[in-house]
Amino acid sequence: MNHEAFGLSANLFAFLDWHGFFFLLFAGVACVAAVMVVLSDNVVRMALHLVLSLGATAGLFFLAGAEFVGAMQLMIYVGGTLVLLVFGVMLTAQTQLVALRTPAGDRVIAGILAAAILAVLLQAAFSVESWQKPGQGVAAAPRATPLGMALVGVRVDQVAEEKLGQPKNGYLLPFEIVSVHLLVVLVGAAYLARAKRRQVPRPVEIVASTDSLKPRPSGVASATLVSGGPK
Amino acid sequence: MAEFLIETIGLPPWLSWTAIAGLSAFLILNVIAGGALVFIWAERKIAARIQDRLGPTRTGGRFGWLQSLADGIKLLAKEDLMPDGADVLLFRIAPYVSFCASFCAFIALPFAFDVVGQRLNVGVFFVVAVLGLEVFGVILAGYASASKWSLFGAMREAAQVVSYEVPLGMCVVVPVMLAGSMDLVTIGEKQAGWASNWFIFHDPFTFIIFWVYYTCALASVNRAPFDLAEAESELVAGFHTEYSRLRWSFFFMAEYGSMFLVSALAAILFLGGWNGPVPISQLLGLSDGMAVDAPYVLRLLGCLNLFVKATAGVLVMMWIRWTLPRLRIDQVMTTCLKYCTPIAAVMFAGVMLWQLLLPGGLVAGSFRNAAGVREGWLEQSNSGELDSEGSMSGTIPSRRIVEVSR
Repeated sequence: MNHEAFGLSANLFAFLDWHGFFFLLFAGVACVAAVMVVLSDNVVRMALHLVLSLGATAGLFFLAGAEFVGAMQLMIYVGGTLVLLVFGVMLTAQTQLVALRTPAGDRVIAGILAAAILAVLLQAAFSVESWQKPGQGVAAAPRATPLGMALVGVRVDQVAEEKLGQPKNGYLLPFEIVSVHLLVVLVGAAYLARAKRRQVPRPVEIVASTDSLKPRPSGVASATLVSGGPK
Repeated sequence: MAEFLIETIGLPPWLSWTAIAGLSAFLILNVIAGGALVFIWAERKIAARIQDRLGPTRTGGRFGWLQSLADGIKLLAKEDLMPDGADVLLFRIAPYVSFCASFCAFIALPFAFDVVGQRLNVGVFFVVAVLGLEVFGVILAGYASASKWSLFGAMREAAQVVSYEVPLGMCVVVPVMLAGSMDLVTIGEKQAGWASNWFIFHDPFTFIIFWVYYTCALASVNRAPFDLAEAESELVAGFHTEYSRLRWSFFFMAEYGSMFLVSALAAILFLGGWNGPVPISQLLGLSDGMAVDAPYVLRLLGCLNLFVKATAGVLVMMWIRWTLPRLRIDQVMTTCLKYCTPIAAVMFAGVMLWQLLLPGGLVAGSFRNAAGVREGWLEQSNSGELDSEGSMSGTIPSRRIVEVSR
């Protein structure tokens, strides 16, 4: 496979350079779908376009050989976040088709912001020296193992380079902090979503209080009524 | 294979890659569509036998084996209906979203050693991630149908699939931990040799976790007793109430494709993949245990092996469907959160301890030799990994990752 990502100019067959073709395809889909997210009125349509955009980004990751990141993108953003988003929209939707109308003023502000960020990003992207040359072909075979090892504190890339004098404690501390943070979030979510305990007296107390207030015409019936009541 | 076309026949690279990609896509499509034809017929026959009737008997002569084809023609001839209030675009593309998710997952699924659309370093992860996208088609269908039944079905499905991804992921991590790789080809090859090398027989914990995996897989492909999304006694037909004709059949191709996929994944992760229970080819001296040099006939036999195992898994799913009553939504959630997840977590810890304390297994040396032969090749094939990891052995690093990160 020819890995010149932008080899479209050379000749006709360069047009069938699949790497470049898929790069342009995925990049185009990601951009167009992202614009459609902004332009559409319907929340579920927006979600669909977001799926397309994020899925195309995952495709770009796969194309770049970052299979782990690509699969992560699919799993977390497309599979998890968006399904929850659509799920939430469907649960809370009052009408059948939820329409969102953005005021014109908001559009202008958003447009200025987006243009500013785009300008910064473009400037940054074109100022990186090594990105101005054509692609050098696929680097080493992509592996997820060094990534995982680095997360638990062993920088295998540095072990290989024999940089024994330098610290190579990897990313264990950030990893632990993030996992504890996630645990706190989970516990918090469970706390917020738990079934609220009602402040009701126990059945025994009710029976006792009713006993003291009024005489029971038929003791059995009222007792069952009361004890069945407050549950 | 594309290299073969380029070097031997001399085709230009772009044409070779196109041809090979087209061939792979064509074969996978046929596995899904042909599988759906056979499995729908099998489902009818199995359902009939379990309910003490005959099922299709006449179409195509004996056994009604052409019944699925007749159904297909009937579906083609039906009217394509769409509700008035439907969201036209979403209604139209929802079945294709489901089908594409099922199809994409097959790309990374090896059918035998190196008989795989695209060998990915993170194959297991990719398959599980893409399989989770199938629910998006169902949600879109439920939403776009503008029908209460569909919406309820889709919401049940979303809740169910999102919850069952948790225990499913935990179960899938166990074979990854044992094999030290997320590459499905490597995981399958690690189980070569006698049936005692299969990960399901690795230790008692993996034996239990296989059944947890199977339960979760059943739920994640929306099959009875977890078929709340279609629940015909309550929701007419759930998310596909408003669908007819080919769109409807795309949902079913996706469903049967996913059933086959999770069964094949179970076979690769736990049941030895394309390795038979007895290493016949090695005993006969046809191969020296080095899958790289094995003739293509053996890979074909490996495909056959995997197909038999996956089909058995699908048939058990049908057996379960026609035996067990449908669960209520709270029972589905209870099964997931109170049973599957804790059991998977405990078994996960158990496998970890087993690997630490009894790394060779109880019967070390007696039955594991056949796999030992292949270890050398596996280490070799992982040499890229080895180089970057210095002196560490191939399996230990990944195992250590899993242990520490949990």
